[in-house]
Amino acid sequence: MHWQRDPVLTVEHLTMRFGGLVAVNDLSFEAGRSDITALIGPNGAGKTTVFNCITGFYKPSEGMLSLRHQDGSALLLERLPGHRIAWKAKVARTFQNIRLFSGMTVLENLLVAQHNPLMIASGFTFLGVLGLGGYAASERRAVEKATYWLDKIRLLDRADDPAGDLPYGAQRRLEIARAMCTDPALLCLDEPAAGLNPRESLELNELLLSIRKDHDTSILLIEHDMSVVMEISDHVVVLDYGTKISDGTPAEVRSDQRVIAAYLGVEDEEVAEVEAEVGA
Amino acid sequence: MDAPRTIAPIVAPAAARTAASDIGAALKDAGLTALITLGLSIPILAYKTDQGPANELILTPRWRLVALLCALAFVVRLAMRLVGVPWLEARRAQSRKEAVRTASHETKGLGYRVGILAGPLLLGVALSYPLLAALASGGLNESRYWVDLGILILTYVMLGWGLNIVVGLAGLLDLGYVAFYAVGAYSYALLATTFGLSFWICLPIAGILAALWGILLGFPVLRLRGDYLAIVTLAFGEIIRLVLINWVEVTGGGAGISSIPRVSFFGLPFNADEKGFAATLGIPFNAMHRIVFLYYLILALALLTNFVTLRLRKLPIGRAWEALREDEIACRSLGINTRNTKLTAFAMGAMFGGFAGSFFAVRQGFISPESFNFLESAVVLAIVVLGGMGSQLGVAIAAVAMVGGPELLRNLGFLSAVFGQGFDPNEYRLLLFGLAMVAMMVWRPRGLIAQREPSIVLKERKAIAGSLVKEGHG
Repeated sequence: MHWQRDPVLTVEHLTMRFGGLVAVNDLSFEAGRSDITALIGPNGAGKTTVFNCITGFYKPSEGMLSLRHQDGSALLLERLPGHRIAWKAKVARTFQNIRLFSGMTVLENLLVAQHNPLMIASGFTFLGVLGLGGYAASERRAVEKATYWLDKIRLLDRADDPAGDLPYGAQRRLEIARAMCTDPALLCLDEPAAGLNPRESLELNELLLSIRKDHDTSILLIEHDMSVVMEISDHVVVLDYGTKISDGTPAEVRSDQRVIAAYLGVEDEEVAEVEAEVGA
Repeated sequence: MDAPRTIAPIVAPAAARTAASDIGAALKDAGLTALITLGLSIPILAYKTDQGPANELILTPRWRLVALLCALAFVVRLAMRLVGVPWLEARRAQSRKEAVRTASHETKGLGYRVGILAGPLLLGVALSYPLLAALASGGLNESRYWVDLGILILTYVMLGWGLNIVVGLAGLLDLGYVAFYAVGAYSYALLATTFGLSFWICLPIAGILAALWGILLGFPVLRLRGDYLAIVTLAFGEIIRLVLINWVEVTGGGAGISSIPRVSFFGLPFNADEKGFAATLGIPFNAMHRIVFLYYLILALALLTNFVTLRLRKLPIGRAWEALREDEIACRSLGINTRNTKLTAFAMGAMFGGFAGSFFAVRQGFISPESFNFLESAVVLAIVVLGGMGSQLGVAIAAVAMVGGPELLRNLGFLSAVFGQGFDPNEYRLLLFGLAMVAMMVWRPRGLIAQREPSIVLKERKAIAGSLVKEGHG
């Protein structure tokens, strides 16, 4: 499998327990560099929990999450505090329910995403207040970068409108652009196509493919929309009840009996068969 | 093209019919109102009860009054139905139309137009205020009351602007802001009385100490959110006050600290000495020089607060504060250290509170824990909320209204001519305050100036409607 040759993210024996509930159970998988890896599974399979562990919102109960950069340096995500995962390990994410700064303009949203480099440029505010240092130039560069992404997601003419005023599909695109403004090595998208119409979801495919082509960013996505998953992903990992049930290329996964069973259910006699197998 | 002409004759009689039925309905409604008034008046008004000389009940019928009231209710209700309601509806339709036109962002809304004019205007008034006061009251000595009032208002403007960083920008509800005001005041008082340091050295030290206290408080409590944070900051404010009362050896306890050195004009004391300010400049000594200097000192400090805040808003830290107010989780996912960002907001707010506190001490010459009770925190917070969270201009206007308003009431002596002798408008202060708060909540729930100005613009500056801006929750 080519994603095992140069993985950007390696998840090993990840387990997440909430009291007695095991949301993710001994999950191991790799996400290849410059790949689009899809994490799929029925509702409640633990996909978002995996995301929250990777992006530092949860501390995993067990397991190791290592992120390898292109220069070979590796970081253990479970040991980093939440904000350093985005800044040092370069893992960015979007949210299932869009989390934009709705009272700030579209441009401001993209500048907040470049907070850390701009903080350094403003001398941690001390030089910036006095107007010293090269802050103005850095800000100009930050605006240029924001303009590049706004152009790419076709929101340039709405740069000065509040983000909360945008239509739903545009908000989804803006959230992806905001995550991309942090220059991530791994971009985690939590259901990016949810609520999009077929035309918008097609545009999303193009956006994701162009991100993979033009930037050193690998993509990990959770998605229910199979047209997105099967169309663009190189590698699919299927979860059910917190356990990995399948892992492979889209074609392999599509024909996997366990995946079909998890999504569509199985006949009673098959359950009996499986139970007999397990019992034996 | 014939369609409108054929429709018109049908519409006209329909309109006439509705007008006629309107009058009928209005008459019926007014009659009903009069009946209700009659029903209510019989037990309440129809008989006046008095105690007779032999302790018996004397009933005086007042049917004429009842009839008068019923007639009045009838007429007023009728007028309301026929004139008032159509007028209100027309106005509502008008405002609906406007709302559609401006959509949700009011590009050239009221606040925007006011903002362009009011800022420089207020600054001009503030700069020339002592002169205006002297001219209006007919002399420098006579203007003392007005300049003192100006100093008081500006102190609250500065406190409001300081708290605005914490509450308005970062969205952290701080009910104990007065603690930092107290830290600043006691820092100056103690440093000046113990070590004899001058005000100009103590001012930055007091600010830094207050900021340190802000960070000290912030570390444990900033993981709390919303109501919990508010309660803990409230408690912190009280703790500081209780420490000031009980640590008698250092703070002088309830007796406070007196004879705090007065402010000097960069080394020249304001006294009748020959090395004093007046003698050096070769002008006759006047006690008002110090007051006017204090006025300009607090004006400069307040403007410094404003300048720094406006500056910070355009820097990454300011944007991070506002982003934190909008969505803390998204901030974390973008690599913003939320704890440090909150701490800087707390420290900055506390620092300006400390500056204001040391000004308070140098102005009063005497401080005691009584000056730093919860009511002060509440007033400053009310100023920020009333002004519109995050709006510098709104906070300034709110401070003028909140602090100047009660003073204004004191000067409405002519009202006693209307309401009779012994009428003291000042006694109605809290009633008016309450009414004003209710009116605010109904008409401008997001404060006087609710729109948010974007911190950076690509092409066109558009104000952001208050309804989109979040208020923060922790």
